[in-house]
Amino acid sequence: MSGSLDQIFIRIKQLLLAPVAGAPDWLMQITSALINIFALLGIFLTLFALISVLERKILGRMQNRYGPNRVGPFGLFQPVADGIKMLIKEDIVPARADKVVHFLAPILIAATAILALGVIPYGRNMTPFSIDGGILFFFAVGSTTELAVFMAGWGSNNKFSMLGAMRAIAQMISYELPLIITTFPVVMVVGALSPDAIVAAQNGYWFGVVPHWFVTTPWGAAAFILFFVSGLVESNRTPFDVPEGESEIVAGHMTEYSGFKYATFFMAEYIGMFAISGLAVTLFLGGWHAPIRGLEFIPSYVWFFVKLSILLFIYIWARGTLPRTRIDQIMNFAWKFMLPMAFTCIIAAAVWHYAGRGVAGWFWSLAVLGVVYIALSILLDTRKKFATRTYRFAE
Amino acid sequence: MTPTLQLFLVVSATLFSIGLLAALSRRHAIFILIGIELMLAAANLNFIAFWRFGPQPQPPTGVMIAIFSIAIAAAEAVVGLAMVIAVYRHYRTTNVDQLDQLKG
Amino acid sequence: MNSAAFVVIAILTLAAALAAASLPKLIHAALSFAVAFIGIAAFFFLLGAEFVGLVQVFVYVGAVAVLIVFTILLTRRDVQDTGKPNRGGAIIAIAVFGGLLWAILKTSALSIAAPQIEALTVKRIGGVLMTDYVWPLQCVGLLLTAALIGALILVMEDRNEG
Repeated sequence: MSGSLDQIFIRIKQLLLAPVAGAPDWLMQITSALINIFALLGIFLTLFALISVLERKILGRMQNRYGPNRVGPFGLFQPVADGIKMLIKEDIVPARADKVVHFLAPILIAATAILALGVIPYGRNMTPFSIDGGILFFFAVGSTTELAVFMAGWGSNNKFSMLGAMRAIAQMISYELPLIITTFPVVMVVGALSPDAIVAAQNGYWFGVVPHWFVTTPWGAAAFILFFVSGLVESNRTPFDVPEGESEIVAGHMTEYSGFKYATFFMAEYIGMFAISGLAVTLFLGGWHAPIRGLEFIPSYVWFFVKLSILLFIYIWARGTLPRTRIDQIMNFAWKFMLPMAFTCIIAAAVWHYAGRGVAGWFWSLAVLGVVYIALSILLDTRKKFATRTYRFAE
Repeated sequence: MTPTLQLFLVVSATLFSIGLLAALSRRHAIFILIGIELMLAAANLNFIAFWRFGPQPQPPTGVMIAIFSIAIAAAEAVVGLAMVIAVYRHYRTTNVDQLDQLKG
Repeated sequence: MNSAAFVVIAILTLAAALAAASLPKLIHAALSFAVAFIGIAAFFFLLGAEFVGLVQVFVYVGAVAVLIVFTILLTRRDVQDTGKPNRGGAIIAIAVFGGLLWAILKTSALSIAAPQIEALTVKRIGGVLMTDYVWPLQCVGLLLTAALIGALILVMEDRNEG
């Protein structure tokens, strides 16, 4: 029973492919790929619509108010209203803007975000496109986002847009390094770049209770936190949303975009969030595996989406709670703290592997991480040391 | 027409000549760098094409050369662009026709 | 190997490369340079070297193209390449192209079809990198470090002098 519910989407896809069963090979491949793509787009665009209204409601509740609650039951049809509003807005392009570049920027940024979704395993046998170097594909596509952000800033012919684009690119490049280096311990321990292999290496349980997910190891937990924070920065979310700081530079590189193009930028940001959360679930949280042996009857894709939802809630929670950081604080944090900690995670993973993957390995890798963390905290002490207070009185 | 080795080599020769055109006929220093990168990419394409069409089974030598070539091209682009910025700071121009004196 | 895919990718790559070489505005040339490299990466995928294709997109489009647009921004006095095109350069390029084409088409040993190969996995590339090519790997590491430090020194402003 659990097996058939788990594979129900595979069976649906095979049913859909049955009419073209006798066709040549390339037609079968293209049809299969198209079915994957449509399913992916359908699910994630619906999720995007849902998350856009849920975020506003959750933020509202955190700020002691209701979120949108007029349109539909509990306000859940708000995305429909938002979509209609965006579509009927006038599309204003600045007169001196670079038309081609201005037009292509939102398309490119949305395309790269959606491409990154294609290599994540959503369930047992449910990876849309299983590439041997899947993680490398994800990061290659993600690094193309910077070019699209630059195109948006440049194409608008606006100083604020250009400034916002430069800040966004500086931030994204700085945090790309910790993002990628924190995946190295996982790839090293598993020995493969394919997300399917990484998920398969995380099955099994210790004493039948604690799952073999990489987040239960010290280097995995540290790498997960670093990866998650880098993901926050890469998606330009609060507390790192300097590029779109509303009180400072209007909307940064998205200033001159109106209507549907702005909606495309918005969608690209959220889909980027989904992609990074999906990759975090795959790399550290065990992908589609269940947390306890007793709960394995629940289908694999349900577990994936539960974990994804928890990570998305943490994203929204961080947005509602933390204030914006300054750009120089962001850059200092990346280069002086996150990069050395990311390298330490690699060393800790190697120590864990070579001390046997058991309790001894756990303690030794924890020791390595602890020593480096304490050393960095002492070296980077940024608490202001106040001088003794002097008083000046009027004469 | 199934792509034969000749076809791949013709494509990479065309890319190389386009890169050469960019490097020789432009005056802005960054255009010249773009031309040089295109030429390097055409050479990489050649290496991989020869590896693919060579007698099998063979060690992935062509692929390894391409990987190292990409890394070295990236390093060279970094240093070249740093030089362009440094020259611009000093002479306020990036037109290579005006950089014709050894005296600083 | 799919011939329709080959034709499409070849047209895309060559058109983008030609645009990168001949467009007057520098930003457009830099962006079509990025498209040309995506086309070349597609060629690598077609030839069965997927890892190199991904590394190409990652390094060239994700890093070198961004570097080029940043440099264009920082050296912004003349963003257009004004002035007449250089005739001599075009003649030399066409001559080189003609010579290469003659050499390729004359060698009959090159008109062979692709043999069957086993897929080149990332694991095999990693294994070869660490056994046969470990010294070139270390040299490339040193080279990249030297390039990083050199580039930093080149663009650091002289605060102590003057």
